[in-house]
Amino acid sequence: MKHSALLAVGLCGLALFWGCSRPPSETVKIGAIFSVTGPASFLGAPEEKTARMLVDQINAQGGINGRKIEFIAKDSGGNPEKAVSFAKQLIEEDKVLAIIGPSTSGETMAIKDLCEQNQMILVSCAAAEVIVNPVARYVFKTPQKDSQAATWIYRTMKDQGITKVAVVTGNDGFGAAGKKQLEDLAKVEGIEILANEVYDKAATDLTDILTKIKGTPGVQAVVNWSIVPAQSIVAKNMRQLGMTVPLFQSHGFGNLKYVEQAGVAAEGILFPLGHLMVCEQLPDTHPQKKVLTAYRQAYESRYQEDVSAFGGYAHDALMIVLEGLRRAGEPDRSKVREAIEHLSNYAGVTGVFNFSPTDHTGLTLDAFLMLVVKDGKFTIYQP
Amino acid sequence: MENGSMALQYLLSGITKGSIYAVVAIGFNLIYSATGVLNFAQGEFVMLGGMVAIMLAQLGLPLVVAVGAAVIVVSAVGCLLEITFFRKLRHHSILHMIIITIGLSIVIQEIALHIWDEKVRSLPYFTGNEVSSLKFFGAAISPQVLWVLGAIAVSVVLLHIFLRYTLQGRAMRACASNPEAAMLAGINIPNMRTLSFGLSAALGGLAGCVISPITMTHYEMGAPLAIKGFAAAILGGLGNPMGGVIGGLTVGILEAFAVSRLPAAFNDVAAFVVLLLVLFVRPHGLLGRPGGEAVREH
Repeated sequence: MKHSALLAVGLCGLALFWGCSRPPSETVKIGAIFSVTGPASFLGAPEEKTARMLVDQINAQGGINGRKIEFIAKDSGGNPEKAVSFAKQLIEEDKVLAIIGPSTSGETMAIKDLCEQNQMILVSCAAAEVIVNPVARYVFKTPQKDSQAATWIYRTMKDQGITKVAVVTGNDGFGAAGKKQLEDLAKVEGIEILANEVYDKAATDLTDILTKIKGTPGVQAVVNWSIVPAQSIVAKNMRQLGMTVPLFQSHGFGNLKYVEQAGVAAEGILFPLGHLMVCEQLPDTHPQKKVLTAYRQAYESRYQEDVSAFGGYAHDALMIVLEGLRRAGEPDRSKVREAIEHLSNYAGVTGVFNFSPTDHTGLTLDAFLMLVVKDGKFTIYQP
Repeated sequence: MENGSMALQYLLSGITKGSIYAVVAIGFNLIYSATGVLNFAQGEFVMLGGMVAIMLAQLGLPLVVAVGAAVIVVSAVGCLLEITFFRKLRHHSILHMIIITIGLSIVIQEIALHIWDEKVRSLPYFTGNEVSSLKFFGAAISPQVLWVLGAIAVSVVLLHIFLRYTLQGRAMRACASNPEAAMLAGINIPNMRTLSFGLSAALGGLAGCVISPITMTHYEMGAPLAIKGFAAAILGGLGNPMGGVIGGLTVGILEAFAVSRLPAAFNDVAAFVVLLLVLFVRPHGLLGRPGGEAVREH
């Protein structure tokens, strides 16, 4: 009696052991750190949804090389300290193949060295140049560079004969990085910044700053660089003050919600953005057309909400890791890293990626195009 | 723009910001005067008011009904908070209660995040739209600001009438100035405290609706508003609703004029330096009365 009980326990244990140990050999763990809640939730929420949707799609099709994907998502709330502890957890406990995210540049920089030291592949969804410059062997990023967005803005201005501008930025990481790029590139592109103001990211009204700009003689256009709701407030306040100079925004404006919030005041706003939001306006020969329309349809039908450029960063981060895995053939981190570094002409949502040992962003100016708000919709800008 | 109309434009911009701080400050003062608690969840009432009204407006209710219902809902939330938390914790120190309000503010934010989502939304402009503005002497102001100022004016007047001339209002003031004596006179002090929370939440909810077209509403908007509103309440004199209005407008106008001379990044600094200076000279604020408990009397 005693023996049989022991045997039963033993068998159960054995079964459990098998149950636990078998799946990892068949699944590949991909970790993700997104700020699903908190101040950067507008980035993290669509990113997490996108990655989850893609993992479900790929698993339904049988996974990569016969291996299913196990997706482990962590919500950092936009907090760099949390990002660090989640990264440690993913590296040491979950032993994932790669980490996608974090959503913000601050968080990414907090874990960049950690991932590099632990030879953990990190494909960030944040934009700051410092993430890939200097290049860390294991660290990549999918969004376009801020400098490319600033270049687009300035070149469009020059086409319109604008040389004297006012720059307003939010006092968060995104705004500060943009401010620096706009200042640095102004000299290169021959643009003169006449007024340069920073506002609080929780600002509720910006008429005072705009009054100052309106009173600055010679200003031909206003550039606003932020990701906060203030993007809509700037547009509304400018029109309320009767300012007629054009308003340029950064790629942070790539969310129809902000257009909705600014209402008619959004008409005519110019800003650089990836191709996703206007994919139906692209010619069929465009290399990204297929992946863009597929992603947009899948996302909008599953979540019943508008797709945003931010989700696209996570789309590319995940797909790049999985493409690396497919090419490497086995979930071996150094082989997958090697494969990612040699990806070329890989059409993603954000752009066509061409990574190299010296370029871990892999995108050129073509990843952006200039958009204009027309009748409450994003339209490709035709000069 | 000439100097005159520029100055006027800064003034109007300051009034726009200040009116928002002022509505929050009034709510602070109301609860403070009745209970001695500084309610740092006041900003959340503003957020909730906006959120509920937007939700109802999207369901197709007329704006007036949506706003009215939002005010009632938020007011009920305020009462409920008092009954569930503060009534039970009456024997704790005021400091404990203040810390509880901070905790509640975080909890309310998280709940709002789960009910609604992280997206920014807003009510339509009550009159006109995003670009309409009233022009005078070369300066412009959104008609919505007049709605905010109007809402403040009506609230302050009604509040004044309520506190001065109605039995309930007088009972509330009695609790504020001397709880023991009020209890001996047969006033139900816990109920009065609940009432003060309800009123303050209603005011916050109304504020959340009228400012929504200007500032837009999202789940995290409450905390920064509470900080500015608190500064405004201190500047105006804690416990005095009129003081909140004066304090709010002063902070807003200071910020706006600071922008004209300093980089905009410094405007909080300018506002808080003036706040500190005022408190050095008049520790009880602009309209407050010197001396502990008496401050809480209207």
